[in-house]
Amino acid sequence: MTIDLKTIKHISKLSRISVDDAKADKLAGDLNSIFDFIEKLKELNTDNVEPLTSVAETTLKLRVDEVKSKNIRDKILKNSPDENEDFFVVPRVVE
Amino acid sequence: MPDITSLTLTELVKNIKDKKISSEETTKAFIERGEKSRDLNAYITEDFSNAILKAKSFDQKPNFDLKLPGVPMAVKDLFCTNGVKTTAGSKILNNFIPPYESTVTQNIWNEGAILLGKLNCDEFAMGSSNETSFYGNVQSPIDKGLVPGGSSGGSASALAANLTPITIGTDTGGSIRQPASFTGTVGLKPTYGSCSRYGIVAFASSLDQAGPMSKDVKDCALLQEIISTYDEKDSTSIDFKRNEYSKELTNNIKGKKIGIPKEYRVDGMPKEIEDLWTKGIEYAKDCGAEIIEISLPHTNYALPAYYIVAPAEASSNLARYDGVKYGFRSKGENLIDMYEKTRSEGFGEEVQRRIMIGTYVLSSGYYDAYYLKAQKVRKLIKNDFDEAYKKVDAILTPSTPSAAFKIGEKTNDPVSMYLNDIFTVPVNLAGLPAISIPAGVDVKGYPLGLQIIGKAFDEQNILNIAYAMEEKIEFKNKITDWWIK
Repeated sequence: MTIDLKTIKHISKLSRISVDDAKADKLAGDLNSIFDFIEKLKELNTDNVEPLTSVAETTLKLRVDEVKSKNIRDKILKNSPDENEDFFVVPRVVE
Repeated sequence: MPDITSLTLTELVKNIKDKKISSEETTKAFIERGEKSRDLNAYITEDFSNAILKAKSFDQKPNFDLKLPGVPMAVKDLFCTNGVKTTAGSKILNNFIPPYESTVTQNIWNEGAILLGKLNCDEFAMGSSNETSFYGNVQSPIDKGLVPGGSSGGSASALAANLTPITIGTDTGGSIRQPASFTGTVGLKPTYGSCSRYGIVAFASSLDQAGPMSKDVKDCALLQEIISTYDEKDSTSIDFKRNEYSKELTNNIKGKKIGIPKEYRVDGMPKEIEDLWTKGIEYAKDCGAEIIEISLPHTNYALPAYYIVAPAEASSNLARYDGVKYGFRSKGENLIDMYEKTRSEGFGEEVQRRIMIGTYVLSSGYYDAYYLKAQKVRKLIKNDFDEAYKKVDAILTPSTPSAAFKIGEKTNDPVSMYLNDIFTVPVNLAGLPAISIPAGVDVKGYPLGLQIIGKAFDEQNILNIAYAMEEKIEFKNKITDWWIK
């Protein structure tokens, strides 16, 4: 299998990571060598095997749905990357 | 009294309890050594002046009933610390100050420990050499230009160089055990669900576990009993009876059955690793254990399965870093452009590579061929261990396929870097506990580790085996302080 530049551009879009041509080229090389390595799994017949989704063999506990962290707006907003008073600020999305 | 910084945790605690040394003296000793050791680049963030204030306040009103009374320590920068910058080794979190504390670190402070600072690590714990950190690579105290291993490389380096008496790391595919092995220290990856993941920057949620790193097995047992608690804030935290591991520690392992998996004799395994393993088997026999040859037939498929599962989960976990609510933000022409530039400039090369792999294997049309396939292989690997544990109590293997390598030696070939974790990854896939203990050196004098793998929730048993073997091995780490001018 080979991952071509078109696929790299597609994955980069899905990943929301901008990629220029030089970077796409390097990534294609790296990903192809990694997938060559991963392809080893194809040797194994896994037709009747149940997939393992969690190693923690416990049932999830139920809890009351209640707010435990109250009045923390200012604490949370402190890490905001853009200057603001009461909100997170992003580039304009509505014209 | 010998130099404070060279004491084990157990010795240090005893000296503090006997009032031979104060918390302030101890803290200052580690700080002074930390300041002389900046060339190792073990710290991302030093919190030294706060540490001294905390130590002074401990000394004014000491509580010697605590397990870590006024003991200073540094932790991996993957644990969120309230009010202290937490970067996960990434540019994208270069200004992130958590407004909350991880459960594991909270457990440590509750026992009286004092934070010295945050230790370097591979970016988002993705790496085996600490070379993917945005804050530069870490030098191993073992030799100049040598990697300390990764991803808990700063933790391993700081511990081996006596910058901290004990530390914690996280292990997703070997990130505690491999650096412990490379630096002649002890590292335990607990059973999945043993230590809370709350407040640990997530990499691959079904594999991530926090664990102790220490100078000897006794210290390791003590720290494990402190950090392992049931926590309702982590939905995968498991409510089981936890031992007081250090109190129940014994070197009597007579009659324990220890399995030797033949599949770990990989092609091209260096002779010194083979010899180390043989020596380890002899030590285990000397301790009265019974050695049994076992088979873990799907071992070879663990690493390829891991490189589907871990990146898939990472691509999902790291979707949150979009420059909106916290962390680094790049300017964009519109919202999407801002996201794409933020992530392109904020994440390093290895992290971008893994996000791309993960996104690809989860994308439409490939899910069954990769992700589902890998989960089925994961089941086969777990079945292998379940079968083996019908015959044995624990499994003994080398920790790594080689000793530490030079900085830059493997950075151009991701697959050769991934092969470092060949002996550690199966344990994470199966959710089992495993400990690495120093057991010898290679021709250059670089440390080599042995790994003891246990049944789920059987930390006590592998700690006991490690404790008994440690006595026979009598490993002494040779640290020359080459970095101190």
